[in-house]
Order: sequence, then structure tokens, then C-alpha cells
Amino acid sequence: MNIIGLYNYWIVVLLMMIGFYIVIAHENLIKKLVGLSIFQTSVFFFYISMGKISGATAPILDEKWQLYSNPLPHVLILTAIVVGIATTALGLSLVVRIQEAYGSIEESEIQVQDTHDELENHLEAYGPGPNFAILNQDLNK
Amino acid sequence: MSFLALTALAIVRLKDLFAVVMLSGLYSLLSASFFLSLDAVDVAFTEASVGAGISTLLFLASLKLVGRYEKKSRYKPALALGIVMVTGALLVYGTLDMPHFGAVDAPIHQHVAPRYINDSMTEIGVPNAVTSVLASYRGFDTLGETLVIFTAGIGVMSLLLVSRQTKDQSKKKVPADMQQQIILRVVAKMMIPLILMFGLYVQFHGDYGPGGGFQAGVIFAAGVILYTMLFGLSSAQRVFKRQILELLTAFGVLLYGGVGVVSMLLGGNFLDYNVLRHDPVHGQHLGILLVELGVGITVASVMILVFFKFTWRTVKHKYNQ
Repeated sequence: MNIIGLYNYWIVVLLMMIGFYIVIAHENLIKKLVGLSIFQTSVFFFYISMGKISGATAPILDEKWQLYSNPLPHVLILTAIVVGIATTALGLSLVVRIQEAYGSIEESEIQVQDTHDELENHLEAYGPGPNFAILNQDLNK
Repeated sequence: MSFLALTALAIVRLKDLFAVVMLSGLYSLLSASFFLSLDAVDVAFTEASVGAGISTLLFLASLKLVGRYEKKSRYKPALALGIVMVTGALLVYGTLDMPHFGAVDAPIHQHVAPRYINDSMTEIGVPNAVTSVLASYRGFDTLGETLVIFTAGIGVMSLLLVSRQTKDQSKKKVPADMQQQIILRVVAKMMIPLILMFGLYVQFHGDYGPGGGFQAGVIFAAGVILYTMLFGLSSAQRVFKRQILELLTAFGVLLYGGVGVVSMLLGGNFLDYNVLRHDPVHGQHLGILLVELGVGITVASVMILVFFKFTWRTVKHKYNQ
């Protein structure tokens, strides 16, 4: 009973960790967004699991039924899903712009380009000073 | 539930982003059926139309713009794996105190939920408790969420601006990619009116059955997007003009806020629908109808606009090459 009673929550934790892993370990920005949405849905599962009552029915009131599941989590989650897609769309459009500006959506390649730009700006402004060697080292790493 | 975990694991392993996106569509569909089995019909509805429909499409559209394959990572993921394991273990430890799944006496069912279930029929007069909580008891929340969607829509529009030049270049006609798919076109022609009708039904029947502004907006948008994919952007934009859509996005939010202001002017609190009519229950009906309409209009026009923006980008890339 103990195991079955908590099974849903454990799967939620597992899914959440899978999403978390994708976000921190993968470099591709699209993959990161997919990971983020897995993380997000795991929270949805958590809420909906909490709202469920055994033997209850969907919260559409009718005389034939006495026991209903909790409607509050349903409300919170259904709005969260639509907000989630709106923010994902925003994220995707950022990714598209990054691709246009850098020609890549891999995090490491973007970082290399950024360091390179910084180096050039530095050279333009101060000439090869003491910081130059450090920055250059960073770039070559 | 276990299928969900398997799908998610497959997503981690795959390098082909196209397959990843397809799997995440599958994942959404699975989660919709999971929601259904937990009595959350409204949520299942939303997830099925949003997750399996629109979000997969948006991901595919951006894949077309950024390329299909993920590069192999140079770093060893051991550290990340370690962090994830520790966090996961702590969270599992946290669940040991949780009330068991399906328990009637869990704290979540003690606070406001009994009032929503027992009194909403007399106070609001709407059978679907989810709708009455969404639009009436927690109307402020929903207004905030509609505003978030509106803001995200504005963000996408300003990030993916379409220059006049691109539009002039493609003035003649943006040919649909699927011009040759006769079966698809014929079937879609039959389906689209039904989808749009169903969207409107979900919109106006949300008081009595599962449904409401959020779901209806997304379903309606899905119908329009289907049309755009099969018959080309130009023909879709003849009906759904950009300026009108942009106005509608703002109009939905304003309608929502306007209902609140009107109820304030009539002597009630902000978004207190009781004062809209002589009979409080009628007032609630009217208020919920208008508010849901506002939500539906905003959601539908934001979704359609976002899709148009992504499609225009692909058109731009095609012409620049």
C-alpha cells in the first residue's frame, strides 16, 4: 500500500529530474526547451495527482454523484498549460533569432563567438594590454 | 504513467531533434490520457489540443529554421548526472510524508475545495465547477494569465518582425508546400469547418461541460493553422488580416478587464459579476460568458499570430537563399 500510494509522486520526481538533466547537460537550445517542457508537465502531473480522490468523478456537478475530485488544481493547471505554450513560443522565437545572429544554437559555439567578440572589442579599445593574454587563453581553451 | 517515463528517457537519448519533437507530441498525448483518468477532463482537453497540436507544430517550424540535428556534446555529463541524482533523492525523501494518492482526507481537500463543490451551484449556477472557479472565484488569476499570454504574444511579434521587403517579395503568392497532397487537402476541407464549429461549441458550452475560453481558443487556432499549412499563408491571411488579429489580441484582454471595471462602476468589487444583473446568478452567467469570450479571443488570436510569424520567417529564409 505504501509503495502504490506514493508511486505517482515518484514518477513525477523521475520526470522532473529527466527534464532537469536535459536542461543542464545538453547544449542544444531546442533540446533544452523540450527538457523544460518535460519539467513543466511533471509539475502538472503532481498537482493533478494531488487533486484526485479515489472513487470520485470529474467536477461537473450533477445530482447523481456525491464525490468530486478537487477542481482547484484543474483550474490552475489548465491555465498553466496555455501560458506554458505561450512562453515556449517566446523561447522558440528567441532561439530562431540566436540562430540567425550566431549561425548555431549549440551553447558552446555561441560562447566561443562571444569570447572572440569580447577579445576584439578589448583590442580595439585598449590595444594588447595585460588582460589580453588571459582572454586569449580563454579563447584557445 | 510508466509509458511517460519511457518516452521522456527516449527523448534524452536521441540526437535527431525531429524525432525528439515527435516523441514530445506523443508524450503530450499520453499525459492527456493520464489527466483524463484522474478526472481532470478540462485539463486533458487543453493538453491534447495544446501539447499534441500547437506546441509540436511550433517546434517543427523552428526546427525548419535552425536545423535538425543536435551536435555531440564534448563535456562529460557526470557532474550533471550527480546533481540530478541528489536532487531527485531529496525530492523522493520529501514525498514520503505526502498523503497517499486518492486519499479523501488530504489537506488539499480541506481548505476551499468543499465550498467550490458544495456552494458553487447556488452561488454561480454553473454545473462545471472548473469553469466557475476559473472565471469567477479566481477571476483575478485568470486575468493575470490572459495578460501573460498577451505579453508573450507581443514578445514573439517583436522578436520575429517581418520586414516589408519580404512581404513585397512574396506579394505574388506564397505557395503552399503541400499543394500536391490532394487527399490531405480534400479531407482538410471537410474537417476545418467542423473543427471551427467544435471550437465555438467548446467556447459557449464551457459552463455545462468540459471546455472554456482557453481550450476553445486553441482549438479554433488549430483549425486556422491547418488551413494555413495546406492552402498557403497568402490565402489564410486574406481572411485573418494581421492588423485585425493584433487588435483582437488586445480586445480580448480589454473585454476581460472591462467586465471588471463595469462591475466596479455598478457598485461591486472588481470582477464581482453579481451586480451585472438584478439576479446574482444571472449576473454570474453573463460575467462568465463575457470573460471566457475575452480569454478565447486573446488565446486564439495570439496562437494564430505566433504561427504566422514563424511561417513568415521560413518564407524569408527561402527568399534569401
